[in-house]
Amino acid sequence: MSARLHRRKVVKALLENRGGLLVIAGLGSSAWDCTAAGDHPLTFPLWGAMGSACMMGLGLALAQPKRRVLVVTGDGEMLMGLGSLATIGAQRPRNLAVVVLDNERYGETGMQKSHTGYRVDLAAVARACGFADSRIVRNSTEAAALRVGVHRGRGPLFYQVKVRPETLPLMLPPRDGAYLKHRLREALLGRKAATD
Amino acid sequence: MPGKESKASSVTIIDWPAAIHRALKLQRVGQVSYVPDAGHKRLIELCHADKDMAVVPLTTEEEGIGLAAGAWLGGERAVLLMQSSGVGNCVNALTLAANCKFPLLMLVTMRGEKGERNPWQIPMGQATPETLKLGAVRIFRLDQAAEALDTVSAAARLAFEDCAATAVTISQRLIGIKSFREEP
Repeated sequence: MSARLHRRKVVKALLENRGGLLVIAGLGSSAWDCTAAGDHPLTFPLWGAMGSACMMGLGLALAQPKRRVLVVTGDGEMLMGLGSLATIGAQRPRNLAVVVLDNERYGETGMQKSHTGYRVDLAAVARACGFADSRIVRNSTEAAALRVGVHRGRGPLFYQVKVRPETLPLMLPPRDGAYLKHRLREALLGRKAATD
Repeated sequence: MPGKESKASSVTIIDWPAAIHRALKLQRVGQVSYVPDAGHKRLIELCHADKDMAVVPLTTEEEGIGLAAGAWLGGERAVLLMQSSGVGNCVNALTLAANCKFPLLMLVTMRGEKGERNPWQIPMGQATPETLKLGAVRIFRLDQAAEALDTVSAAARLAFEDCAATAVTISQRLIGIKSFREEP
Protein backbone atom coordinates (compact mmCIF):
# COMPACT_ATOMS: atom_id res chain seq x y z
CA MET A 1 0.00 0.00 0.00
CA SER A 2 1.43 3.31 -1.05
CA ALA A 3 -1.14 5.87 0.12
CA ARG A 4 0.88 8.75 1.51
CA LEU A 5 -0.64 12.17 0.96
CA HIS A 6 -3.06 13.97 3.25
CA ARG A 7 -6.28 14.55 1.34
CA ARG A 8 -7.14 17.87 2.98
CA LYS A 9 -3.70 19.31 2.27
CA VAL A 10 -3.96 18.26 -1.38
CA VAL A 11 -7.39 19.84 -1.78
CA LYS A 12 -6.45 23.00 0.11
CA ALA A 13 -3.42 23.51 -2.15
CA LEU A 14 -5.60 23.02 -5.24
CA LEU A 15 -8.27 25.48 -4.13
CA GLU A 16 -6.06 28.27 -2.77
CA ASN A 17 -6.24 31.38 -4.93
CA ARG A 18 -8.68 29.53 -7.11
CA GLY A 19 -9.71 32.48 -9.28
CA GLY A 20 -12.75 31.58 -11.39
CA LEU A 21 -12.29 27.83 -10.98
CA LEU A 22 -15.61 25.92 -10.92
CA VAL A 23 -15.67 22.85 -8.69
CA ILE A 24 -17.94 19.81 -8.48
CA ALA A 25 -17.26 17.81 -5.30
CA GLY A 26 -18.31 14.15 -5.14
CA LEU A 27 -20.37 13.01 -2.17
CA GLY A 28 -18.80 12.17 1.17
CA SER A 29 -15.23 12.90 2.18
CA SER A 30 -14.36 14.78 -1.03
CA ALA A 31 -17.17 17.25 -0.36
CA TRP A 32 -16.03 17.63 3.25
CA ASP A 33 -12.44 18.22 2.03
CA CYS A 34 -13.58 20.99 -0.30
CA THR A 35 -15.58 22.54 2.54
CA ALA A 36 -12.56 22.35 4.85
CA ALA A 37 -10.64 24.34 2.23
CA GLY A 38 -13.36 27.00 2.43
CA ASP A 39 -17.02 26.80 1.44
CA HIS A 40 -17.34 28.72 -1.84
CA PRO A 41 -20.27 29.69 -4.09
CA LEU A 42 -18.44 28.29 -7.14
CA THR A 43 -18.22 24.85 -5.53
CA PHE A 44 -21.15 22.47 -5.92
CA PRO A 45 -20.86 19.73 -3.28
CA LEU A 46 -22.92 16.60 -3.85
CA TRP A 47 -24.75 14.85 -1.00
CA GLY A 48 -26.05 12.02 -3.19
CA ALA A 49 -26.44 10.91 -6.82
CA MET A 50 -23.32 8.78 -6.40
CA GLY A 51 -21.46 8.33 -9.67
CA SER A 52 -22.64 11.65 -11.14
CA ALA A 53 -19.78 13.99 -10.22
CA CYS A 54 -17.77 13.59 -13.43
CA MET A 55 -20.84 13.98 -15.63
CA MET A 56 -21.83 17.18 -13.84
CA GLY A 57 -18.31 18.40 -14.45
CA LEU A 58 -18.62 17.57 -18.14
CA GLY A 59 -21.94 19.38 -18.53
CA LEU A 60 -20.51 22.41 -16.77
CA ALA A 61 -17.28 22.34 -18.81
CA LEU A 62 -19.22 22.19 -22.09
CA ALA A 63 -21.49 25.04 -21.01
CA GLN A 64 -18.56 27.20 -19.81
CA PRO A 65 -15.67 26.56 -22.22
CA LYS A 66 -13.77 29.64 -21.04
CA ARG A 67 -13.73 28.54 -17.39
CA ARG A 68 -11.63 25.86 -15.75
CA VAL A 69 -13.73 23.06 -14.26
CA LEU A 70 -12.46 20.69 -11.57
CA VAL A 71 -14.15 17.53 -10.32
CA VAL A 72 -12.88 16.40 -6.91
CA THR A 73 -14.16 12.99 -5.95
CA GLY A 74 -13.32 9.72 -4.23
CA ASP A 75 -12.35 6.33 -5.61
CA GLY A 76 -15.72 4.77 -4.71
CA GLU A 77 -17.72 7.58 -6.34
CA MET A 78 -15.52 7.39 -9.45
CA LEU A 79 -15.89 3.63 -9.68
CA MET A 80 -19.68 3.97 -9.69
CA GLY A 81 -19.48 6.26 -12.74
CA LEU A 82 -16.62 4.58 -14.58
CA GLY A 83 -18.47 4.87 -17.90
CA SER A 84 -18.36 8.64 -17.60
CA LEU A 85 -14.60 8.46 -18.24
CA ALA A 86 -15.41 7.01 -21.67
CA THR A 87 -18.04 9.71 -22.23
CA ILE A 88 -15.55 12.44 -21.30
CA GLY A 89 -12.89 10.78 -23.46
CA ALA A 90 -15.22 11.00 -26.44
CA GLN A 91 -15.81 14.75 -25.84
CA ARG A 92 -12.26 15.73 -24.83
CA PRO A 93 -13.11 19.04 -23.10
CA ARG A 94 -9.90 21.05 -22.74
CA ASN A 95 -11.07 22.83 -19.60
CA LEU A 96 -11.91 19.80 -17.43
CA ALA A 97 -9.75 18.12 -14.78
CA VAL A 98 -10.73 15.20 -12.56
CA VAL A 99 -8.94 14.62 -9.26
CA VAL A 100 -9.72 11.33 -7.52
CA LEU A 101 -8.73 11.26 -3.85
CA ASP A 102 -7.96 7.57 -3.65
CA ASN A 103 -7.82 6.16 -0.12
CA GLU A 104 -8.69 2.69 -1.48
CA ARG A 105 -11.64 2.67 0.91
CA TYR A 106 -15.35 3.46 1.15
CA GLY A 107 -14.77 6.01 3.88
CA GLU A 108 -18.37 6.92 4.71
CA THR A 109 -19.60 3.37 5.22
CA GLY A 110 -16.99 1.73 7.42
CA MET A 111 -13.72 1.89 5.46
CA GLN A 112 -14.40 -1.18 3.34
CA LYS A 113 -11.71 -1.79 0.74
CA SER A 114 -12.61 -0.46 -2.71
CA HIS A 115 -11.52 -1.86 -6.07
CA THR A 116 -8.46 0.40 -6.17
CA GLY A 117 -7.37 -1.44 -3.01
CA TYR A 118 -7.45 -4.55 -5.18
CA ARG A 119 -5.06 -2.87 -7.63
CA VAL A 120 -7.61 -1.51 -10.13
CA ASP A 121 -5.75 1.32 -11.89
CA LEU A 122 -8.17 4.21 -12.50
CA ALA A 123 -5.50 6.37 -14.14
CA ALA A 124 -4.88 3.64 -16.72
CA VAL A 125 -8.63 3.50 -17.43
CA ALA A 126 -8.74 7.28 -17.96
CA ARG A 127 -5.68 7.10 -20.23
CA ALA A 128 -7.29 4.36 -22.29
CA CYS A 129 -10.43 6.51 -22.56
CA GLY A 130 -8.41 9.29 -24.21
CA PHE A 131 -7.70 11.77 -21.42
CA ALA A 132 -4.92 14.13 -22.56
CA ASP A 133 -2.94 13.36 -19.41
CA SER A 134 -3.62 10.82 -16.71
CA ARG A 135 -1.37 9.88 -13.84
CA ILE A 136 -1.10 8.55 -10.33
CA VAL A 137 0.11 11.12 -7.78
CA ARG A 138 1.90 9.71 -4.75
CA ASN A 139 4.10 12.41 -3.21
CA SER A 140 4.19 16.15 -2.59
CA THR A 141 6.43 16.91 -5.59
CA GLU A 142 3.91 15.29 -7.90
CA ALA A 143 1.10 17.04 -6.03
CA ALA A 144 2.66 20.43 -6.85
CA ALA A 145 2.48 19.61 -10.57
CA LEU A 146 -1.15 18.71 -10.03
CA ARG A 147 -2.04 22.31 -9.26
CA VAL A 148 -0.47 23.54 -12.49
CA GLY A 149 -2.40 20.97 -14.49
CA VAL A 150 -5.75 21.71 -12.85
CA HIS A 151 -5.45 25.49 -13.31
CA ARG A 152 -3.67 25.70 -16.66
CA GLY A 153 -3.20 22.32 -18.36
CA ARG A 154 -4.93 21.22 -21.54
CA GLY A 155 -7.63 18.76 -20.59
CA PRO A 156 -9.20 16.48 -20.10
CA LEU A 157 -6.87 15.66 -17.23
CA PHE A 158 -7.08 12.85 -14.70
CA TYR A 159 -5.17 12.59 -11.45
CA GLN A 160 -5.51 9.62 -9.14
CA VAL A 161 -4.07 10.92 -5.88
CA LYS A 162 -3.09 8.21 -3.42
CA VAL A 163 -4.10 9.49 0.04
CA ARG A 164 -3.99 8.09 3.56
CA PRO A 165 -7.08 6.19 4.74
CA GLU A 166 -7.65 8.66 7.58
CA THR A 167 -10.92 9.57 9.29
CA LEU A 168 -11.12 13.34 9.65
CA PRO A 169 -13.49 15.77 11.38
CA LEU A 170 -16.69 16.36 9.41
CA MET A 171 -16.72 19.70 7.58
CA LEU A 172 -20.21 19.87 6.14
CA PRO A 173 -21.33 22.20 3.33
CA PRO A 174 -24.94 23.42 3.15
CA ARG A 175 -27.31 20.51 2.46
CA ASP A 176 -30.07 22.28 0.56
CA GLY A 177 -29.48 21.30 -3.05
CA ALA A 178 -31.64 24.08 -4.47
CA TYR A 179 -29.66 26.66 -2.51
CA LEU A 180 -26.35 25.20 -3.71
CA LYS A 181 -27.61 25.35 -7.29
CA HIS A 182 -28.86 28.94 -7.04
CA ARG A 183 -25.76 30.29 -5.37
CA LEU A 184 -23.45 28.82 -8.00
CA ARG A 185 -25.57 30.07 -10.89
CA GLU A 186 -25.84 33.53 -9.40
CA ALA A 187 -22.09 33.73 -8.71
CA LEU A 188 -21.31 32.53 -12.23
CA LEU A 189 -24.10 34.03 -14.34
CA GLY A 190 -25.25 36.98 -12.25
CA ARG A 191 -28.74 37.99 -11.14
CA LYS A 192 -30.27 37.04 -14.47
CA ALA A 193 -29.74 33.38 -13.53
CA ALA A 194 -32.89 33.56 -11.43
CA THR A 195 -35.12 34.51 -14.34
CA ASP A 196 -33.43 32.87 -17.32
CA MET B 1 -38.25 20.76 -42.70
CA PRO B 2 -40.10 20.86 -39.43
CA GLY B 3 -43.75 20.09 -39.78
CA LYS B 4 -43.37 19.50 -43.50
CA GLU B 5 -45.95 17.10 -44.82
CA SER B 6 -45.60 14.94 -47.87
CA LYS B 7 -48.41 12.90 -49.37
CA ALA B 8 -47.60 9.36 -50.40
CA SER B 9 -50.77 8.00 -51.97
CA SER B 10 -53.45 8.80 -49.37
CA VAL B 11 -51.14 8.70 -46.32
CA THR B 12 -49.89 11.91 -44.77
CA ILE B 13 -46.40 11.58 -43.34
CA ILE B 14 -45.27 14.06 -40.73
CA ASP B 15 -41.56 14.38 -39.98
CA TRP B 16 -42.01 14.27 -36.20
CA PRO B 17 -38.28 13.98 -35.34
CA ALA B 18 -37.73 17.24 -37.24
CA ALA B 19 -40.60 18.78 -35.27
CA ILE B 20 -38.90 17.70 -32.02
CA HIS B 21 -35.62 19.17 -33.22
CA ARG B 22 -37.46 22.41 -33.97
CA ALA B 23 -38.95 22.43 -30.47
CA LEU B 24 -35.50 21.95 -28.96
CA LYS B 25 -34.16 24.86 -31.04
CA LEU B 26 -37.02 27.12 -29.97
CA GLN B 27 -36.30 26.21 -26.35
CA ARG B 28 -32.57 27.03 -26.79
CA VAL B 29 -31.37 23.54 -25.90
CA GLY B 30 -27.58 23.51 -26.20
CA GLN B 31 -26.60 20.03 -24.99
CA VAL B 32 -28.08 16.80 -26.30
CA SER B 33 -27.11 13.52 -24.66
CA TYR B 34 -28.29 10.09 -25.63
CA VAL B 35 -28.09 6.35 -25.40
CA PRO B 36 -29.17 5.49 -28.92
CA ASP B 37 -32.50 4.00 -29.88
CA ALA B 38 -33.76 3.23 -33.38
CA GLY B 39 -36.74 5.49 -32.64
CA HIS B 40 -34.37 8.41 -32.01
CA LYS B 41 -32.18 7.72 -35.07
CA ARG B 42 -33.30 10.69 -37.14
CA LEU B 43 -33.41 13.14 -34.22
CA ILE B 44 -29.86 12.13 -33.21
CA GLU B 45 -28.69 12.75 -36.78
CA LEU B 46 -30.39 16.16 -36.87
CA CYS B 47 -28.72 17.13 -33.59
CA HIS B 48 -25.28 15.97 -34.74
CA ALA B 49 -25.72 18.10 -37.87
CA ASP B 50 -26.65 21.17 -35.77
CA LYS B 51 -23.57 23.26 -34.98
CA ASP B 52 -25.33 24.97 -32.08
CA MET B 53 -25.81 21.70 -30.22
CA ALA B 54 -23.14 19.84 -28.25
CA VAL B 55 -24.02 16.18 -28.71
CA VAL B 56 -22.87 13.74 -26.04
CA PRO B 57 -23.22 9.97 -26.50
CA LEU B 58 -23.51 8.26 -23.10
CA THR B 59 -22.51 4.82 -21.87
CA THR B 60 -25.60 4.61 -19.64
CA GLU B 61 -28.67 6.78 -19.27
CA GLU B 62 -28.08 8.16 -15.77
CA GLU B 63 -24.98 9.94 -17.05
CA GLY B 64 -27.36 12.26 -18.87
CA ILE B 65 -29.02 13.36 -15.62
CA GLY B 66 -25.66 14.52 -14.23
CA LEU B 67 -24.75 16.14 -17.55
CA ALA B 68 -28.01 18.10 -17.63
CA ALA B 69 -27.45 19.30 -14.04
CA GLY B 70 -23.92 20.46 -14.86
CA ALA B 71 -25.14 22.18 -18.02
CA TRP B 72 -27.77 24.07 -16.02
CA LEU B 73 -25.17 25.20 -13.48
CA GLY B 74 -23.25 26.63 -16.43
CA GLY B 75 -26.29 28.40 -17.90
CA GLU B 76 -27.12 25.91 -20.64
CA ARG B 77 -30.21 23.82 -21.32
CA ALA B 78 -29.93 20.09 -22.01
CA VAL B 79 -32.09 17.24 -23.25
CA LEU B 80 -31.64 13.51 -22.64
CA LEU B 81 -32.72 10.93 -25.23
CA MET B 82 -33.18 7.26 -24.41
CA GLN B 83 -35.44 4.27 -24.87
CA SER B 84 -37.70 3.08 -22.08
CA SER B 85 -35.31 0.26 -21.09
CA GLY B 86 -32.96 2.94 -19.77
CA VAL B 87 -35.40 4.67 -17.46
CA GLY B 88 -34.73 2.28 -14.57
CA ASN B 89 -31.03 3.15 -14.74
CA CYS B 90 -31.84 6.76 -13.87
CA VAL B 91 -33.62 6.35 -10.56
CA ASN B 92 -30.85 7.24 -8.10
CA ALA B 93 -29.51 10.07 -10.27
CA LEU B 94 -33.02 11.59 -10.30
CA THR B 95 -32.30 12.79 -6.77
CA LEU B 96 -30.60 15.74 -8.53
CA ALA B 97 -33.99 16.79 -9.85
CA ALA B 98 -35.85 16.04 -6.62
CA ASN B 99 -33.40 17.64 -4.19
CA CYS B 100 -31.90 20.47 -6.19
CA LYS B 101 -34.77 21.18 -8.59
CA PHE B 102 -32.48 20.88 -11.57
CA PRO B 103 -34.50 21.16 -14.79
CA LEU B 104 -34.65 17.86 -16.67
CA LEU B 105 -36.10 17.12 -20.10
CA MET B 106 -36.11 13.47 -21.14
CA LEU B 107 -37.41 12.12 -24.44
CA VAL B 108 -38.18 8.43 -24.01
CA THR B 109 -39.01 6.17 -26.94
CA MET B 110 -41.25 3.37 -25.72
CA ARG B 111 -40.68 -0.36 -26.03
CA GLY B 112 -42.76 -3.10 -24.50
CA GLU B 113 -46.09 -1.64 -25.62
CA LYS B 114 -48.82 -3.07 -27.82
CA GLY B 115 -47.26 -5.13 -30.61
CA GLU B 116 -43.82 -5.57 -29.03
CA ARG B 117 -42.08 -8.62 -30.51
CA ASN B 118 -39.32 -8.96 -27.92
CA PRO B 119 -40.71 -10.17 -24.58
CA TRP B 120 -37.54 -9.03 -22.79
CA GLN B 121 -38.55 -5.42 -23.51
CA ILE B 122 -41.90 -5.77 -21.78
CA PRO B 123 -41.04 -5.59 -18.04
CA MET B 124 -39.14 -2.28 -18.18
CA GLY B 125 -41.39 -0.85 -20.90
CA GLN B 126 -44.52 -1.55 -18.86
CA ALA B 127 -42.86 -0.22 -15.67
CA THR B 128 -41.62 2.99 -17.31
CA PRO B 129 -44.48 5.35 -16.33
CA GLU B 130 -44.45 4.13 -12.70
CA THR B 131 -40.67 4.39 -12.54
CA LEU B 132 -40.74 7.96 -13.80
CA LYS B 133 -43.45 8.82 -11.28
CA LEU B 134 -41.35 7.34 -8.46
CA GLY B 135 -38.61 9.75 -9.47
CA ALA B 136 -41.08 12.68 -9.41
CA VAL B 137 -40.83 13.09 -13.19
CA ARG B 138 -43.87 14.65 -14.94
CA ILE B 139 -44.97 12.60 -17.94
CA PHE B 140 -46.20 13.92 -21.29
CA ARG B 141 -47.40 11.21 -23.65
CA LEU B 142 -46.79 11.63 -27.38
CA ASP B 143 -49.02 9.42 -29.56
CA GLN B 144 -49.58 11.54 -32.66
CA ALA B 145 -46.86 12.83 -34.97
CA ALA B 146 -48.78 16.07 -35.46
CA GLU B 147 -48.47 16.83 -31.73
CA ALA B 148 -44.70 16.43 -31.49
CA LEU B 149 -43.84 20.14 -31.56
CA ASP B 150 -46.50 21.11 -29.03
CA THR B 151 -45.87 18.25 -26.64
CA VAL B 152 -42.09 18.61 -26.52
CA SER B 153 -42.40 22.39 -26.22
CA ALA B 154 -44.80 22.04 -23.28
CA ALA B 155 -42.50 19.58 -21.48
CA ALA B 156 -39.48 21.80 -22.12
CA ARG B 157 -41.24 24.91 -20.80
CA LEU B 158 -42.22 23.13 -17.61
CA ALA B 159 -38.65 21.84 -17.21
CA PHE B 160 -36.74 25.04 -17.86
CA GLU B 161 -39.15 27.70 -16.68
CA ASP B 162 -40.36 25.92 -13.56
CA CYS B 163 -37.28 23.78 -12.79
CA ALA B 164 -39.18 20.51 -13.08
CA ALA B 165 -38.23 17.02 -14.22
CA THR B 166 -40.23 16.06 -17.30
CA ALA B 167 -40.33 13.15 -19.72
CA VAL B 168 -42.03 12.88 -23.08
CA THR B 169 -42.86 9.21 -23.63
CA ILE B 170 -43.07 8.55 -27.35
CA SER B 171 -45.48 5.77 -28.24
CA GLN B 172 -44.15 2.61 -29.85
CA ARG B 173 -46.90 2.87 -32.46
CA LEU B 174 -45.50 6.23 -33.55
CA ILE B 175 -41.97 4.89 -33.84
CA GLY B 176 -42.94 1.63 -35.53
CA ILE B 177 -42.68 -1.91 -34.25
CA LYS B 178 -39.34 -3.69 -34.73
CA SER B 179 -40.15 -6.80 -36.76
CA PHE B 180 -37.05 -8.96 -36.14
CA ARG B 181 -37.16 -9.94 -39.82
CA GLU B 182 -34.58 -9.12 -42.48
CA GLU B 183 -36.05 -6.44 -44.72
CA PRO B 184 -35.88 -7.35 -48.43
